[in-house]
Amino acid sequence: MSTPAFLQIQNVVKDFNGTKAVNNVSLDIAQGEIFALLGSSGCGKSTLLRMLAGFETPTSGRIVLEGQDLVALPPYQRPMNMMFQSYALFPHLSVWDNVAFGLKREGLPKAQTSDRVEAMLKLVQLSQFGQRKPHQLSGGQQQRVALARSLAKQPRLLLLDEPLGALDKKLREQTQIELVNIIHSVGVTCVMVTHDQEEAMTMASRVAVMSEGRFLQVGAPGDVYETPATRFVADFIGSANLMDGTLLVDEADHCVIACADCQHHVGHGITGTQGMTVAVALRPEKISLSLDKPASDFNAVHGTVQELSYFGSFTLYHLQLASGAKLKVSQANTHRHRDAALQRGDVVWAFWDDTAQVVLTQ
Amino acid sequence: MKSRWTTWFGRGWLSAGYLFLYLPIAALVLYSFNDSPIPNVWRGFSLKWYVALASDEELLAALWLSLKIAFFTACGSVVLGTLAAFSLVKYKRFTGRTLFAGMTNAPLVMPEVVVGLSLLLMLVSVQRLLGFPERGLMTIWLGHLLLGMAYAAVVVQARLSDLNPQLEEAAMDLGARPHQVFWLVTLPMISQSLVAAWLLTFTLSLDDVVLSAFLSGPGSTTMPLVIFSRARLGLNPSVNAVATITVTVVAIGVVVASYLIARAERQRLRDIVTAARP
Amino acid sequence: MTASTSSSWVRGLVRGRTAVIALPFLFLLLFFALPFLIVGKISVSEMDGLAFKDLFTVVDGTVQLSVKFSNYVFLTQDPLYFKTYLSSLQYAAITTALCLFIGYPFAYFMARARSSMQPALLMLVMLPFWTSFLLRVYAWRGLLTEDGWVSDAVIGLGLDHVLLAFGWISSEGMLMHTPFSLVLGMTYTYLPFMVLPLYSQLAKMDLRLLEAAADLGATPWVAFWKVTVPLSKAGIVAGSMLVFIPCVGEYVIPELLGGPETLMIGRVLWDEFFANNDWPMASSVAVVMVLLIIVPLAIFSKYQAEATERGR
Repeated sequence: MSTPAFLQIQNVVKDFNGTKAVNNVSLDIAQGEIFALLGSSGCGKSTLLRMLAGFETPTSGRIVLEGQDLVALPPYQRPMNMMFQSYALFPHLSVWDNVAFGLKREGLPKAQTSDRVEAMLKLVQLSQFGQRKPHQLSGGQQQRVALARSLAKQPRLLLLDEPLGALDKKLREQTQIELVNIIHSVGVTCVMVTHDQEEAMTMASRVAVMSEGRFLQVGAPGDVYETPATRFVADFIGSANLMDGTLLVDEADHCVIACADCQHHVGHGITGTQGMTVAVALRPEKISLSLDKPASDFNAVHGTVQELSYFGSFTLYHLQLASGAKLKVSQANTHRHRDAALQRGDVVWAFWDDTAQVVLTQ
Repeated sequence: MKSRWTTWFGRGWLSAGYLFLYLPIAALVLYSFNDSPIPNVWRGFSLKWYVALASDEELLAALWLSLKIAFFTACGSVVLGTLAAFSLVKYKRFTGRTLFAGMTNAPLVMPEVVVGLSLLLMLVSVQRLLGFPERGLMTIWLGHLLLGMAYAAVVVQARLSDLNPQLEEAAMDLGARPHQVFWLVTLPMISQSLVAAWLLTFTLSLDDVVLSAFLSGPGSTTMPLVIFSRARLGLNPSVNAVATITVTVVAIGVVVASYLIARAERQRLRDIVTAARP
Repeated sequence: MTASTSSSWVRGLVRGRTAVIALPFLFLLLFFALPFLIVGKISVSEMDGLAFKDLFTVVDGTVQLSVKFSNYVFLTQDPLYFKTYLSSLQYAAITTALCLFIGYPFAYFMARARSSMQPALLMLVMLPFWTSFLLRVYAWRGLLTEDGWVSDAVIGLGLDHVLLAFGWISSEGMLMHTPFSLVLGMTYTYLPFMVLPLYSQLAKMDLRLLEAAADLGATPWVAFWKVTVPLSKAGIVAGSMLVFIPCVGEYVIPELLGGPETLMIGRVLWDEFFANNDWPMASSVAVVMVLLIIVPLAIFSKYQAEATERGR
């Protein structure tokens, strides 16, 4: 690649008195991407975001935006804006003044500021609310003001800190889509931080899974979900059944792994040595259930339904296997009335394709 | 959950408590209208003590001086107190922080005789070395400033530590330099506590006896000192008249302030209800 | 090139920070800390006419140090001073206890009152607090002299015999200038200082904790002692320190309402300074007074620091 990436994070470390909150991360982000930093609390994602914004200074490493090293710039001079988790709307200013705040710092002529504010309020559909104060707005409305305010200065980079955290489920679904539409229509590059994988996967074009200050995997949501690189990622994103096993056969086009309860026939080869320990990750929705024994000896196991959780659109079954291990299987409830629905205590066969597994060596 | 007994006991205790608090004030006010100079012997209604106040040169001069000192004390205390509060809330680590925190809080409780004595002795030592300052308005102001700063710091600190730090970060993110953040965002949000601190330190200064006694010089007698010397000699109805006026002014101030705050609070609650409606 | 914290804007922030801290810090060092050191120095100085001699003087080319510890010796040996210190601590302790006894239920019922009533109740406590304390103390003189309302009430109820029996007053009918009038005056003046921090703590308490206690089988009385009181501990400490420490060194109230038998160290200091003009003596009295209250002072300072932390 001859042209450097839009945003380059190079070997950034943040050390707080001996604890490395961010431990040597590097990343390239392209212009126009929506990039999500995903991880549970304490993984360092917020610290990294704050370093982008300028509220923390890296202990070492570089952050380069469009060729310009950011570390020399204080937050009030960086060409990026942040939407805060608590929205941080100025309570003593009206909505209009909140959105205009950043523009006034730039010293723009009044007419231009006015136009820009009106445009922003129109973008988030709050044109009538200009004179209200933040406490006179609902949570969703406050968020839209925060978004308008952070886009008013036409930043090169938009930073989102847990954008949907404060909203309830219904509002969240709606807002996710609206938010992405607005970001795309404005065309701004976006880095967001979240602990909610749904948020990350629905909104972002690329996701980085973070833990203990490091990136475990970076990729498109589909890639990260279907091809997790480590046990942690497999378990963190969605849910997965993880089975330890020994590699018996390893060929170019297939391999066989022996686990405690079953034998996996995987439709691709892996680079490994015979006899090595590997883990097989199998997502619950990739497994089918049947009362009859399937044809193949591979990729099948039978167990007793120990628990079942009804989620409306799908049911999650917990099967107890012979070795005592548990297998999670989810079945979409495609028919309204299922006479043949499984009950606790039923003995069933679970089976899957040879493309369904992910073999993990870490 | 509250039993009837608890409710009545509570009401009884509160009533007795308020009676206790207001009894002296009621007595002061009542006897300021007493025609007889002998206290506790009611002779008839009279305004003569108030009339006498108007020509009481000593008291009026002292009042003027006290008001001046109180005004400057309040202004200075708010500035110094806000700086101190800011330092303690925003900056978690700096050399001497424990000492600084201790010194900011100590004047709140330190007996005034100790503070007055020590400040005076220092000023006298300085005077012997450098020839100034003479004891007078400036020195009294200094003592009141020390006390006032401690009170102002407490009031401002309480409000400042409640502030969402993300607000100041948001302001910086949007392009405001640190001093602009203070003037445009932090200050407006603590403005109510600044006013409260100003009024508190004003009252404190107006009422102070001990510090003023140690730090005043010839010709700088404050109103409390005049009242104190008269009170020591015995009961004096002109003092009652001053008291009644003071009580009335303060009462009006407190009632008006409470009403305004309550009204703002009601408005705020109404706004939240409006917002909840789609 | 590694990023470092020596970027110019970070250095600018640090400079700004130093300026903000420095102004109040220097003010306090100069006008609070330094005077204490000077008091210490003067307490060991010789008196020289109406002022005091310098510690170091040059006599015939040699530097002489004249330090006089006799003041301190005198303080510790003279039974009157010892008694006065002790008595000041006792009165302060009694006042604190009374303020707590009256003030805790007061603050409690204020905090449990209907929320629409609370601002008014608070205002009614603030009003005396904002009115000149000098005038209110003066008012007690009127109330406690013969024919005063309170005097009449106490004598009428026969309580003066009770007070006499306890040694709180020295003769029947004379309620002024007695330990009784002093403690009454101090309790009255410092009551708001106890009520306000307590109210603030109690009002913040989550009432659902009491519901949880009741659910687990606690009667209201038990819940009060096991839940409410421990949670309000910080308020109790704050209020007690705000009353106890200044009371030890009170001057105005003992002067106006106290008498010859109410020994208070604040008056002693004042008299040494204004009446006897003995500055070194007054200074030694002050130093010992500060030493006496240094432990409560430390407790108070610690409480304040914790309160700031909790507020975040």
